[in-house]
Amino acid sequence: MVITGPFSSGKTEFIGSISEIDVVSTDTRVTSEAESKVKGQTTVAMDFGRITVDDDLVLYLFGTPGQRRFDFMWEILAEGMLGFIVMVDSTKPETFREAKSILETFRAYAPTPYVVVANKQDLPDAWSIDELRIALRLEPGVKLLGCTATNKESVKEVLLQLLYSIVEEIEKTG
Amino acid sequence: MPLQGNLRDFSTTQLLNLINLAGKTGTLAIYEGVRTNEKDVNGNFRQVPGAERARVAFKAGKLIAAQLGTQDGNLVSVLNKSGKLTDDQARIIRERAKNTSDKALALLLINANYVSQRDIVASVQQHTLDCVYNLLTWAEGPFRFEDNVLPGNDRIVVPINLENVIIEGARRIREIEQLTSHLPNLDMALKFPENPREKFKGIHLSVEEWRVVSFVNPRNTIRQIAKANNMSEIEIRRIVYGLEQAGLVEIVAPPGVSGAPRPGAGSTPTPQQVRAPNVEKSVVERIINRLRAPGG
Repeated sequence: MVITGPFSSGKTEFIGSISEIDVVSTDTRVTSEAESKVKGQTTVAMDFGRITVDDDLVLYLFGTPGQRRFDFMWEILAEGMLGFIVMVDSTKPETFREAKSILETFRAYAPTPYVVVANKQDLPDAWSIDELRIALRLEPGVKLLGCTATNKESVKEVLLQLLYSIVEEIEKTG
Repeated sequence: MPLQGNLRDFSTTQLLNLINLAGKTGTLAIYEGVRTNEKDVNGNFRQVPGAERARVAFKAGKLIAAQLGTQDGNLVSVLNKSGKLTDDQARIIRERAKNTSDKALALLLINANYVSQRDIVASVQQHTLDCVYNLLTWAEGPFRFEDNVLPGNDRIVVPINLENVIIEGARRIREIEQLTSHLPNLDMALKFPENPREKFKGIHLSVEEWRVVSFVNPRNTIRQIAKANNMSEIEIRRIVYGLEQAGLVEIVAPPGVSGAPRPGAGSTPTPQQVRAPNVEKSVVERIINRLRAPGG
């Protein structure tokens, strides 16, 4: 599964909350002054986490770099993905347009199921799910889920919702 | 009389040494070896020249030009390969300057501010070196050195001191030997380690390394991963070596293989990972059950 979204939307935290291994992260210092005010490091090449299902089945979670200048990695990450999750920071409306653009880009890469996640719903200035659906211009059928990426149960619920969509897709096409 | 023989008897490094020391001028051609039924004094089947694999020119003991048989070595391709011209620019220039010599084209490109003279010299030099470093690893094949045969006057040539080429070539051959000895069997597979450690944080993978990582799966052999990513054996060996040394991957035998090379490596199937994976519903349900389980 691929976890994507704008810079600082919470992708690394999302993977870290559910992965049974330390997230293999390739964070490096940010170079943009504006971005460095938000956080000191950002993901350059990849984050990946792992969930062992049983002896011969492992689910890998891959996080994409958040900054546009690393978007050459996205297509590589999109290859072979089961589904994808678009993370949106609910407190940063200035990133909504970017989130929508990333969503469209990944939809063009592969016709796999996806869900949109409204992260940081625990913060006081977070936009509500309904407001976000309008802001992101999401069709009614698209799953938009509230989440707190640092909370394991919240992350698990998002993954389950995506997996349910994948099952539906298999039943529809199979 | 031209100097001729086979690289298995007289290596490329020895040939370059000879040309350097004797200060020779001429062109070395290396061919595909077509086996005959005759044997030489060492018991090897004799080879006669087949298709040309490479052509390297020297002037007064200096390397001045090189081209591999399969490559289009004209200036536009060389500048495109070095990133000085985009694919679109290269296509347009090829269309508009079909019958223009490399030297005339170089002048046009410099005057039009597409590239500088320095860009052209550096790109041609790098192209020549890449070709020669490649053929330095060839272990056999008929060769023929023709005295005083040189590329046409319309080609751009950049003289390069052969001593440095021989030293760097020897270093690369040693590296290949070491990498091959470390990973002799490309029919092994890769898996992620059980417990990646803290030290992995801060690692910055290159695009090529990431391409390999994205295919890590015990069912994909290293040879298959190389084929899927259009990498040579030495490129994949170098990347796998780096990833393994960093602790990001482990080398394992693929299912049903106990460390021995798999037969029929020539007919390599495509790796398991494809753009749109064909996943069974039961597999997804197993993941769902795992996540739903208490403590999951």
